[in-house]
Parts: sequence; C-alpha cells; structure tokens
Amino acid sequence: MPDLLFELFSEEIPARMQRQAAADLQRLVTNALVDAGVTYEGAKAFATPRRLALNIIGLPARQPDVKEERKGPRVGSPEGAIQGFLKASGLSDISQANIESDPKKGEFYVAVIEKKGRPVIELLAEILPATIRTFPWPKSMRWGAASVSSSSLRWVRPLRGIVATFGPETEEPEVVPFEIDGLKAGNVTYGHRFMAPVGITVKRFDDYVSKLEAAKVVLDADRRKEIIRADAKNLAFAQGLEVIEDEGLLEEVAGLVEWPVVLMGSFEEAFLDVPGEVIRATIRANQKCFVLKKADGNLANRFLLTANIEAKDGGKTIIAGNERVIRARLSDAKFFWETDKKVWREDKEFTRLERFRNVTFHEKLGSQFDRIERIRALAKELCKVTGADPDQVDLAAKICKLDLQTEVVGEFPEVQGFMGRIYAGQIGLPASVAAACEEHYKPVGPSDSVPKDPVSVTVALADKLDTLVGFWAIDEKPTGSKDPYALRRAALGVIRLVVENGVDFDLVSLLVHHADRMPANDAALTAFELVAFFDDRLKVNLRDGGVRHDLVDAVLTATLTSKVPGAANSRNLLLVVRRVEALGKLLETEDGKSLLAGYKRAANILRAEEKKDGEDAFEAPADAARLVEPSEKALHAALHAAETEANAALDKQDYAAAMRAMAKLRAPVDAFFEAVMVNADDPAIRKNRLALLAALRRVTSRIADFSKIAG
Amino acid sequence: MTLPDPLRPDRSFQGLILTLQKFWAEKGCVILQPYDMEVGAGTFHPATTLRALGPKRWNAAYVQPSRRPKDGRYGENPNRFQHYYQFQVILKPSPPDLQGLYLESLYAIGIDPAVHDLRFVEDDWESPTLGAWGLGWECWCDGMEVSQFTYFQQVAGQECAPVAGELTYGLERLAMYLQGVDNGFELNFNGLQGEDKVTYGDVFKQAEEEYSRHNFEYADTEKLFRNFAEAEKECKALLTAGESGDGSNERHRQVLPAYDQCIKASHAFNLLDARGVISVTERQSYILRVRELAKACGAAWVQTEAGGA
Repeated sequence: MPDLLFELFSEEIPARMQRQAAADLQRLVTNALVDAGVTYEGAKAFATPRRLALNIIGLPARQPDVKEERKGPRVGSPEGAIQGFLKASGLSDISQANIESDPKKGEFYVAVIEKKGRPVIELLAEILPATIRTFPWPKSMRWGAASVSSSSLRWVRPLRGIVATFGPETEEPEVVPFEIDGLKAGNVTYGHRFMAPVGITVKRFDDYVSKLEAAKVVLDADRRKEIIRADAKNLAFAQGLEVIEDEGLLEEVAGLVEWPVVLMGSFEEAFLDVPGEVIRATIRANQKCFVLKKADGNLANRFLLTANIEAKDGGKTIIAGNERVIRARLSDAKFFWETDKKVWREDKEFTRLERFRNVTFHEKLGSQFDRIERIRALAKELCKVTGADPDQVDLAAKICKLDLQTEVVGEFPEVQGFMGRIYAGQIGLPASVAAACEEHYKPVGPSDSVPKDPVSVTVALADKLDTLVGFWAIDEKPTGSKDPYALRRAALGVIRLVVENGVDFDLVSLLVHHADRMPANDAALTAFELVAFFDDRLKVNLRDGGVRHDLVDAVLTATLTSKVPGAANSRNLLLVVRRVEALGKLLETEDGKSLLAGYKRAANILRAEEKKDGEDAFEAPADAARLVEPSEKALHAALHAAETEANAALDKQDYAAAMRAMAKLRAPVDAFFEAVMVNADDPAIRKNRLALLAALRRVTSRIADFSKIAG
Repeated sequence: MTLPDPLRPDRSFQGLILTLQKFWAEKGCVILQPYDMEVGAGTFHPATTLRALGPKRWNAAYVQPSRRPKDGRYGENPNRFQHYYQFQVILKPSPPDLQGLYLESLYAIGIDPAVHDLRFVEDDWESPTLGAWGLGWECWCDGMEVSQFTYFQQVAGQECAPVAGELTYGLERLAMYLQGVDNGFELNFNGLQGEDKVTYGDVFKQAEEEYSRHNFEYADTEKLFRNFAEAEKECKALLTAGESGDGSNERHRQVLPAYDQCIKASHAFNLLDARGVISVTERQSYILRVRELAKACGAAWVQTEAGGA
C-alpha cells in the first residue's frame, strides 16, 4: 500500500510553535483524508526549526467507490419532472433508472449513481495545498514579490520548498502534483543549513530520515532532546557536576537546532557572589544555556550551550564567543547586584520609598506609594487577628515592594520578591521581615504553598485584600474569562491563607473599613459585593477540595440570614469552613442522616400548611400546656435542650459540639413522627404541633440551612 | 576592491561600516547617509518608515546614529550607550533568499559559518510608536545577538504590499565581537596603532557622560512638553495643508515635512521618559499620540508619487 511523505521546508520556525504545528499538520491532512473516505494505517508528524514533516503509511491507491441512490418522481409523472430528475442524477434516459415501489407512494424511479473513487494522489493534490493555505499558525506573514497582493500565501516564515511523494514501498513514488503561489511540490529537500546545504532527492520516509541524518539533520524533536540531555549529562559528569534540569529550556533548545552539539563553557568564579537564581535567570533567559551545580548543591561556574553545528575547530570559537557574551551578561548582573546592595546598605531609612509617589499603581487607585500606605494600615489591623508582631509587620509591609526599584528586578522581573528577601537579609533585617518580602506574593496559584510565618501571612493578606478592595471600588471586577488583574487568584489566596493558618476574623467590617481608604466609592456596597465574590470563590475552593457544594450553600445561607441575631452583617471565612466540615461529619452519621430526613419531612409539612395559614403562622413558641402525647412533650424538651446546647457551643465556635447537640434531636424527631399525627382535628393541637416543627426548623438553622442540603 | 589593512572589518569600526556599505552597494542598494534628525532607531529614517510603503521597488542601506536617552549610563557601562550606530538595510520586495544574502554579508565581515554558530531565533518585531510590526528573528552568532531580521507586515498603520525585508546590524556589538574587545569604548575606530589609534571612547565617551547628565538631569522638561505639543500640532497642520483639499485625486504635498514633526515628537517623548516625568499611564497615551501621527503620515505617503500614487 502506498505511503505519503510530505515536508514543508521553510525559514526558521519559532521553537515554541513547532510541536503544535506538527500536530496540526497531522490532524489536518488525516482528517481531510478520512472525510474523503480514505483510511490509513498510521501517521506521524515531525518538526525541526526549518521543516514540518508528515509520514502517512498504508494509504489505498484509490478512494473507495461509493454508490448513491437518489429517489425520483413517481412513474407516470409529467415529462418536466422526469427531465429534471434525469438532469439532476446524470442519467441520459429514464430506462437507466430502477423502479421501486412503496405501499404509500406507489411506484417511483430510483437512480443509482455509482461514484468511482478517485486516485488518492489526486485527492492529495487538493488536500495538501488546502492544508497549507488554511494552516492555523498563531501568527503568519506574507513575503517577497507575491505579497503585493493581499491574498498571497501566508506562512509562519517564508515557505521555501515542498516535498510530497506518494507510492508503494516497492515502486518509485510519484510526486503529488500541485503548486502553490509558484512553489511546486517535488522530491528534493535540503540538509543542514551550513553543513549540508545542497539538495537531496528523497523517495519516502525511510530514506528521507536517513538521508537527512547523513545531511546533519535529526528530524525527531524528542530524539534531539534526548541527545542534548544525554550529552549534557556526560559533559557534566566528566567534571563531577550535575546539570540543573530545565524541561522548558530543553524543549526550546531542541527547537533551535537541527543538529545538536552540546558544549561546555565557563565563567569567572567571582561571579558566583551573585545569587544563584540571578545567574540562572541571566544565563537562561538571554543565552538559553543550562547551568550546573556542584556536589554540594552550589552553582558551578560552568554552563552548557547547544550549538547547531560541528565546528571546524571543534567548537573552540563558539565556546569562546558564548563565554564572552555570558561574561558581559554576568558583569551586568553583578553590577546590578552590587549597586542594589549599596543602595540598601546606605539608605537605611528607606527614604527611596518616596520614589513610589511617581509610580502609578492604577490611574484610579493612586500611586504605588499610596498603595503601600494602605497595605501598611490594613496589615496593622490584621496583626490583632494573626498574632504577628506589629513592628515587624509594619516594616515588612513598608519594604515588601522595594525590590521593584532594584536594578536586578528591573532586568529580571521573575526574581521579584526573591530579591527583596535577599537584600533585606543582607542588611540584617529580621528573618521574618525578609521572608515576608518574598512570601507576601504567595500563594501564587492553587498549587503554590501558603506561608506560615505570621508576618508573611499578615502582609500577604493585606496585599491581596488591598488589591481586591481597590479593584472592586473602581468597578474593575473579573467578568467571564476576563480577569486581567488576577482577582480570582487573589481571593483564593486570601481563603487559603485564612483557612490554612486558622485566621479568625470578620471580613465584612474589615472590608468596609478598608474600602474607606480608597478614592471615592460606596464603601459598604464595595464590601458587600466583595463578600459575595468571596462566597463564590469559597464554594469553588471547597468544591475543588471535594466538599459538597450544597453543604457550603447551607452554611453560607445560615450564616448570612437575618434570622441569626447579630450574625447578619458578618462573614468569617474560617468559621464557615469549619462549620461546613462539622456539618459534613454530622451528615455522615446515621443520626445526621435521620435528622436531615426528619427535617425535610417537617419542612414539607410546614410548607404545605403555611400555604393555608400564612407565612409565619407557626413561628410562635409551642404552648407546653397543650402538648398531649409523650413524644410531643419529649421533642419539645429536646428542642429546648438542643437549642441551649447548640447556642453555647456556637458561642465557643465549637461546631463539633453544636453538631452533637443537633444529633441528639434525631431520636425525639423520629419518635414524634412515629407516634403523632400533626394535622390533628383539634385546630389548637394542630397549630401547637406545627409550632414544634417550626421550632425544629429554627433550631437547625442555627447550624445550617438544611433546606439547601440535597438528599 | 580590497580595503587596506586598517580598514579590515575586524580591525576598525569604520572598516566594518565600509565593508557593509560596499557589500550592500554591490547588491544594488543605494547607500544613503544618516537622517539628519534625532531618532531612536534606523527604522525611523524615512528611507525605511515611508519607503517601506507602496508598491515601488526600494533597496537601500545606511548607517543611522540612534539615540535612546534612557539607555545612557554616564559612560560607566561598557555595553550600554544612549547614542549608538545601527546599520540598516531595507529591501522591497524582500528578495527570495534574504537569509542567504544576510549570511553572505556576515561572511564578508569575517564571520565564517564553518566555525561560528549562527542562528535565527524568533523575534516578533513591533514598534508601538510607529504603528508597525513584522515577523523575523534575532540573528545570533555564538550566543550573541548581532542583527535583527524582519519581514515588515505593517508600517505606519499601512499594510506592506509588497513586504519589505529589513536588516539591522548593531554595529558596536558586532565590532566588539570582531575585534575581540569587551569594552565598547576600547573599540579601535580607525584601525591604526600607537599614537595614531583612535578609539570609540576617544570619540564618544565624553558625549555619553554629557548626554547622560542631560537626559536624566538637565533636559528642560517644560520645554520638552511644549516641543511635543508643538510638533504634534504642526505634523497635523502640515498633513492637512498638503491635502489636495478639493476632493480631486491630486497627490499629497507635505508628507516628508510632516513626518519630521512626528520624529521630533517621538524624541521629545523619549527624553521626557528618561527624565522620569511621565507616569506609566501617561506613557501609553503619549505612545498612542505618536502612533497617530505616524499613521497619518503613512496614509498620506501612499498618496505621493514615491508612495505609488
């Protein structure tokens, strides 16, 4: 069976696009074949900086024939209808049509149109150019004289050659005949740009790969990666060093070379004074080189570069060139580092904070200086609930953004925070203060760790809450998939900081107070809208942690409902989470499940009867004197006891105890429904019994809104 | 023509320039002289910005002194200057093997691909102030970026039809590499030795010191704000004055002078930026204002003879 070899040879394709492009090429061509009814045994695509290649094996020579039936008019229809049918179905005479009969319609004509399958090479001559024209590059361009027309061919970079051969293994394959913008498909490709630039005639995938290899091109990106990984390891090992793994860099480097040659260079020991992270960032970002560590874990003064050529001089010139560039880069880094250290040493009073007055944080939210002042004020308040040392917190809040002014961070934004910690440590600030400079950005995402040091926790909370309140105040909330200021991430960070560190405080009053520090806005509105946002984030967070959505709803509703005296205008994230946990545990027990069932029964009855008697008809306390049955009396007593016990437990925020108090209601509730007929004939007794059920609803609502719980 | 020894591209800064000029002259480029205004890059020269637009063939090469006030380091940093040279080549339409031509030019200045590692690394070029973008690469030699290579797709808000290829060589860096010098000020400028030798520092060090002070400390910001506003106003006025006005298809008559004002506004902005008196948010709006001027000039240019009208 024939195979297809398809190669698109171009000027250098960006490394980051190659893998996706290979996958797209395979998908587009194979989908088009399948759509045409053509199956194949296997397909694989490849990419190098200069080519995309696709190998499809086991294709048929011809597309399968297809029979198509077309229903026509009834036998004996007027001539016009017959003629129209003949024209549409391509028949020359009505005698060529079959006659079928149908009990409803009677006899009618059917044309059987046999569509001969076309040669697959012909199909390919349409599919391949269409694939090229519609290729989904993230960004594409026009070039050359043809680009005078806006409809000229677009490609990621100029497309220079096309190989497309088709044929069985045993025969000389044919070239798929097509041309696109003057570029003709053929069977000639090119080797390595410098080591083997001449044309190579290829037949099919096997000889294509081996001829390319002979022409210093490794077609498979994964093989290039393995070569780099193995050679890097060997070179490192020979020096008693270890490569610092960097998968992202490896992938990129493999996309920058067709013939990887790993070489080791070195830099002056003196540069190792500069923090390792800075050296690594410098060498990685600018030079795309790997760094190495010594057996003791410290950075070595070596680097590994991946050249694209076996140089005539064995790579001496290349190493020397790279060393010079890296030396210059590290000189810059070292200069930045020394300059920064000097500034931190000399300006002990941090008068340079004043410079933040000229840096806009956000047009409507003032300068970076204003923001730092707000964070300080908020952090100070938070100390009461985090238990952090207020002096340390104030210092940390004051200087936590100061590394934004450093040269190193200006050059390498990715070490922001980290450098603050280093510089603060250098001038002998307390370890907690230094740590907070880095940790107040945390947690950065759902998988990032949460700081534990109270100073870090406090500043991290203040930083995130200030961001949230600020953007809410100026109405820049996230919408749909748009969240340019990463506010969802900030809210999640607050939740995790609070929960994982057990920070117990009322969010509402804090937010209202902080919103007052923002430029003109309705502080109360801002705070309450933001609490609703936190509720949503909390649900998402707990659900992601495997907690039932309905339990969270049940607790959130219970804790905001005005039926709970005094708790109306507060939101304590920590307590919500603890209560949800306790509720979950209660509902795992038999008592809990039965109680829920009893509650639902009570609620259903109440709902039905309230329709007759009115919304709050049964809210008045039950009259003890009118209780008849022993189980009625027992439930009445149990409700009173449970309410007292639950209230006491809630006052102590002991949710487990509150749940235990609820659990005790199970037996009396079950017994009540067993023995008592609620809708008694005597209206007074009926009303009294309904009042008991209303009391059950009220008492349980101190814990959670059971009506929100499923099951 | 072989250049005398001191003018070998690896011996002198001027030798490098002469070699590149000769190379591209032989490829059919017109060798222009620098534009006589303060610009941030060779791309600002009307020979690139404006000539890249329209259907006419255009092949040119020139050195352009470029000023980036913010990059000044008082002459203390051996790699970063507020004034430096770019060698700019613009070829419209982009020839079929522009990469090959470029590599040939490297060979001409002594970079042999058999011993050097030459690479084309993705670089999507964009100039927000010029309303221009293109795709291409940073060209690396042994890990050092020595040139930028761009296929212009849009310039001054206009689609390029046909596309022009632009090559920009960073001359100081390239010369440092060729001469094996780590400090830009130590570059041999004239290729001579002993008493006759003139270095890059001899020519430019004092200027770097003085202009750094000027850019960061002394430049009169009030005057610069005024300059910006005046240039903006005049650019618009000239564009209006140059229109035929009566709705006929007459060509535009004031594009080049208007574009000069766009360059002036851009430089005033760069100085204000260096002086640190433009906030982050204002910065964006200034860039947009310059872009509007550049776009208006681009639109007017295609109504001129050289622009193909």
